[in-house]
Amino acid sequence: MNLPKIPLADWIETIEKWLENNLGPFFDIISAIIGGTVNGLDDVLRGLPALVIIAVFVVLAWFLGKWKLALFTAIGLLIIENLGLWGPTMQTLALVLTAAIISVVIGVPIGILCARSNAMQRIFTPLLDFMQTMPAFVYLLPAVTFFRLGVVPGVISSIIFAIPPTIRLTNLGIRQVPGELVEAADAFGSTPLQKLFKLQLPIAVPTIMAGINQTIMLSLSMVVIASMIGAQGVGEYVYRAVTQGRTGVGFEAGLAIVILAIILDRLTQKVVQRTEKQS
Amino acid sequence: MAILEAKKLTKIFGDDPKKAIPLLEKGWSKEKILRETKLTVGVNQADFTIESGQIFVIMGLSGSGKSTLVRLLNRLIEPTTGQLLFNGNDVLKMNAEQLRQYRRKNIGMVFQKFALFPHRTVIQNIEYGLEVQGIDKKKRREMAMESLKLVGLSGYENSYPHQLSGGMQQRVGLARGLANDPEVLLMDEAFSALDPLIRKDMQDELLELQTKMKKTIVFITHDLDEALRIGDQIALMKDGSIVQIGTPEEILMQPANKYVERFVEDVDLSKVLTASHAMEKAETITIDKGPRVALQFMRDRGVSSLYVVDRSMKLLGLVSAEDASAALKEAKGLEDVMQKEVPVTSPDSLLNELFELMGGAKLPVAVTDDTGRLRGVVIKGAVLAALAGNGNSLLDGGDSNESA
Repeated sequence: MNLPKIPLADWIETIEKWLENNLGPFFDIISAIIGGTVNGLDDVLRGLPALVIIAVFVVLAWFLGKWKLALFTAIGLLIIENLGLWGPTMQTLALVLTAAIISVVIGVPIGILCARSNAMQRIFTPLLDFMQTMPAFVYLLPAVTFFRLGVVPGVISSIIFAIPPTIRLTNLGIRQVPGELVEAADAFGSTPLQKLFKLQLPIAVPTIMAGINQTIMLSLSMVVIASMIGAQGVGEYVYRAVTQGRTGVGFEAGLAIVILAIILDRLTQKVVQRTEKQS
Repeated sequence: MAILEAKKLTKIFGDDPKKAIPLLEKGWSKEKILRETKLTVGVNQADFTIESGQIFVIMGLSGSGKSTLVRLLNRLIEPTTGQLLFNGNDVLKMNAEQLRQYRRKNIGMVFQKFALFPHRTVIQNIEYGLEVQGIDKKKRREMAMESLKLVGLSGYENSYPHQLSGGMQQRVGLARGLANDPEVLLMDEAFSALDPLIRKDMQDELLELQTKMKKTIVFITHDLDEALRIGDQIALMKDGSIVQIGTPEEILMQPANKYVERFVEDVDLSKVLTASHAMEKAETITIDKGPRVALQFMRDRGVSSLYVVDRSMKLLGLVSAEDASAALKEAKGLEDVMQKEVPVTSPDSLLNELFELMGGAKLPVAVTDDTGRLRGVVIKGAVLAALAGNGNSLLDGGDSNESA
């Protein structure tokens, strides 16, 4: 093969440079929004005494699930507190919640667009596949170029990795609304927006919630990677333990992530079940 | 007055559907068009007029295009060509907003599988059509409750659809269709998913509602019995075309072609034909005549009994030759000897309701209208002839009787 190599790497870097030079103010705005959200959540989560936060979670678990979930939540969070990982775990939670909130805010409308137009769906499907399969480390680099080190590029890369399920399942949920119901809504003279808000979204809620649940889980799986570019939190402890070869510390921090993951997963699943029951 | 009028209303499915229009006009069949052009003919140049206050039944087997046709009427499916007039306004020329208003105010719909919104309560389902119009909450709740009462489901307003039986769910569907008081109600196989007993109840209730509310109803069904039972006019469809339009009697007695004939051959005529179809002219005598005249009449007309009526043809009784002879001997009037207990029925009673009446009695059954006037008489032979499908002569007989 004597064909010259396609200079793909050069192209990408040229694009990166161009974006950095020309869209700087735009990235600053995004950075301010994301940074503000993470810090705001972080201030609340770490500003309040650990026991208050634990109590809030336990009540939420009690309300959504049963006493078993409440008990697990209480014990799990107390273990984290006991291991001395409360602060970093709350930092991680702030990061994950920010990524999840932004994913929902962006992902649900995109999912709705995809559901309403086959052309949009055809554009987004390969894009989402690309976002999910491209190794996450690869888009850490441009994220750092645009947003510098810290929590913001961590949130950005978490969003890129975690947003696809929300988009896909919003699209699916709306498309799965039975044709006869859509027909009925049309037959009574609904406008497209009335149809969306009075019929399609309410019926799609359980499916959309399942997507949000996956988005949260995926962004949690990004915390260790995000810590490599300076996102603080419990992921940082894992990363440090790995580089220093300290199995015990790594295990403790890993356990904190697992506990947080299980609690968030069960809580959002309970929300899914509730919405399913309603419809 | 015509409320809906379709002229050459056509729906072709596929890419570039207009291509098939000249072929349809040339009279190509649905099959041939599919083979040559890959286009599917949904509805082929349907022409019909629906009168206000009528139950217009569109009947056909599955795939005959009836569900497509009904959806052309509110443009849930966009017609390819043709004209559709609602009270003289061209429905196909309406823009999106006008179409929405037409659907909101003029034309309601009831669906085969109910299509109730599962996340809404019964009352929220019923008020959906009012809600999208922006009617305020209190007013629309009132209207919806009224509609719920109409279908006999008061008390269930806060239930969810899945908590109700099929029959109840379809009542909710019906209430939803009626809530905004549309002039026309489209019912797409509305009772097909219900079991037979409930279905019959619903048919009865629909007829009752229709008498009360004077709605125009377009009713789709694949069930001939149902069509005959509730239809004022029936349009029979095959392969997207309307094969015949007529009253139930016309469809049964004068099938337009072999297809219709085969379709109706298994019908239990006794459940369709009424006394007025089988009745013959009754031999009568007015009450002021004497027994001698009565006997003379019987001799002249070759009968053994006469119905006694007053001057306005009101039925009073029956006098036989023996009765008349006895009256003559004892010098009495007809009034004293006539039999006052005569089997009587109304012109609208179905023949199968007459069987019992006729089986027991030696006398023929007199047919009187609701003012008690004698319209004709049903004898056993005529019923058998009617059930044997001796169509044309019967219809003619029926007509002449009515004019007599």
